[in-house]
Amino acid sequence: MRASLILGALLSGLALAAALVSFLWTPADVTQLAIAQKLLPPSGQHWLGTDHFGRDMLSMIMVGARTSIAVALVAVGIGMGFGVPLGLLAAARGGWIDEVVMRGNDLVFAFPSLVIAILITAALGPSALNAIIAIGIFNIPVFARVTRGGALPIWTLDYIRAAQVAGKGASRISIQHILPNIANLLIVQGTIQFSLGILAEAGLSYVGLGAQPPTPSWGRMLAEAQTMVALAPHVAVIPGLAIVVTVLGLNLLGDGLRDALDPRLRGSP
Amino acid sequence: MLRYVIRRLISLGLSLLLASALIFSVVELVPGDPASFMLGTGAQPETVAALRQQMGLDLPLPLRYLHWLGGVLAGDLGHSFTYKTPVAGMILDRMQVSLPLALMALALAVLIALPIGMFAAARRGRAGDTGVMAATQVGIALPNFWFAMLLVLLFAVKLRWLPAGGFPGWDHPAAALKSLLLPAVALALPQAAILARVLRSALVETLGQDYIRTARAKGLSAGQALSRHALRNALIPVLTIMGMQFSFLLAGAIIIENVFYLPGLGRLIFQAITQRDLIVVQGAVLVLVAAVILVTFLVDLSYALVDPRLRR
Repeated sequence: MRASLILGALLSGLALAAALVSFLWTPADVTQLAIAQKLLPPSGQHWLGTDHFGRDMLSMIMVGARTSIAVALVAVGIGMGFGVPLGLLAAARGGWIDEVVMRGNDLVFAFPSLVIAILITAALGPSALNAIIAIGIFNIPVFARVTRGGALPIWTLDYIRAAQVAGKGASRISIQHILPNIANLLIVQGTIQFSLGILAEAGLSYVGLGAQPPTPSWGRMLAEAQTMVALAPHVAVIPGLAIVVTVLGLNLLGDGLRDALDPRLRGSP
Repeated sequence: MLRYVIRRLISLGLSLLLASALIFSVVELVPGDPASFMLGTGAQPETVAALRQQMGLDLPLPLRYLHWLGGVLAGDLGHSFTYKTPVAGMILDRMQVSLPLALMALALAVLIALPIGMFAAARRGRAGDTGVMAATQVGIALPNFWFAMLLVLLFAVKLRWLPAGGFPGWDHPAAALKSLLLPAVALALPQAAILARVLRSALVETLGQDYIRTARAKGLSAGQALSRHALRNALIPVLTIMGMQFSFLLAGAIIIENVFYLPGLGRLIFQAITQRDLIVVQGAVLVLVAAVILVTFLVDLSYALVDPRLRR
């Protein structure tokens, strides 16, 4: 479906643009407190209103987008950086190496990710960096599995046999022939993990284990809004909407990319 | 079948053993010495050392692991550093909140997902399908704790139908169920969205099979073929996802339990980490992970019962 690709690109592009623009310009300074202006509803001066410290919500959302995107993006990078080579290795070697890699993956999958993320951030101290590590670790088995699953059928194809006969080693075949053929799988999975990372970062920040003050983060904005939700609903509604729009955009983008990259799926809903 | 079960049992034991070792070592990495934490900042070094010895904290790591594991196997998870009560008892208490909450959420998720998935599959490619699937995309993107806040705003603050948080205990069953309802809905909706999508695509796949065409040729209506033949065959992927979701709901309720101030297992872990009550953290995480591994094992076993090809 073309529509989901376009809508997904637009929505996730919006979040990315907000993050990038915030480096150059925000409507107001997010470090500037103005208690007299606190909890104002959306108006001409403050498009999305102000929070309990009188900070401009739109500016907070824009700077918060940076945190969310950076954490999720690096976590995907960690997952791919370790998971893809592991998956390639498991598919190329088979036997006990495959068994060890896959059982190790099963083990990581058995741990409730949030519990371990909380443990890791508790062990290393709460910070955006440790949130990245915690989320990244859980991306590793995901990418290892996708890579192995995509690589195994390719290893049985004739042109891989030909490459083997020509004297190419397993690692060269993996990089030159297998990797380009599973790139679309990895891109799609990367988009999905990206959106899950944004949700996970918001959850960790919400319980106080993500980015620390004064760095604005969508999850912490929600945590701070919790006690004020009855007084000024906009402080709770707006950061949540920012998360939903970004995650929805990335999911739609992932779906759209999968259909666009895999012609066999084209036309089927 | 017996050989398959034995092999799976051995791998189950190994997973549990590895998981316990992993949990033990990660928790040991948490900085902060429980003994000095218990005694406060003004404690004499000798007192701290004596308490460390009494708690067995001066033993080498592998020895402490074996001690702990021996206790676990005998059903003894140790004593909480802060509450001075047996950890196993604390976990059982908290399970009385977490288990019903997870079951309620799972039941709600299935109740919502089943009609939605069937509706979308029956109208695949048409406007109804597109609309419902778009709605599930939004459902998946909802952070459950934010959805929980919105539910509180509407049903507790504005309408005053349900409590905004807390748990009265099972001595008051009606009030207890009422206080679990909003958290269960908040947990269930995103899961229902995932489940509905899985069910829809599984149904769409089975609806293309020859035996469905045969059933239609025999004179069954599209709806009859869907509910009598396709649904049953589409249930395997749905059951897989449900097994995963149950473990997620049991453990993933941490944040929701915090939103609603529910005294569940997740909140216990969270509080124990902030109090450096490591022995509670170890016990509670072990119970959760063991539950996940056991559920996976049971789901695997039930597949083998259903599908002989899987008993390799």
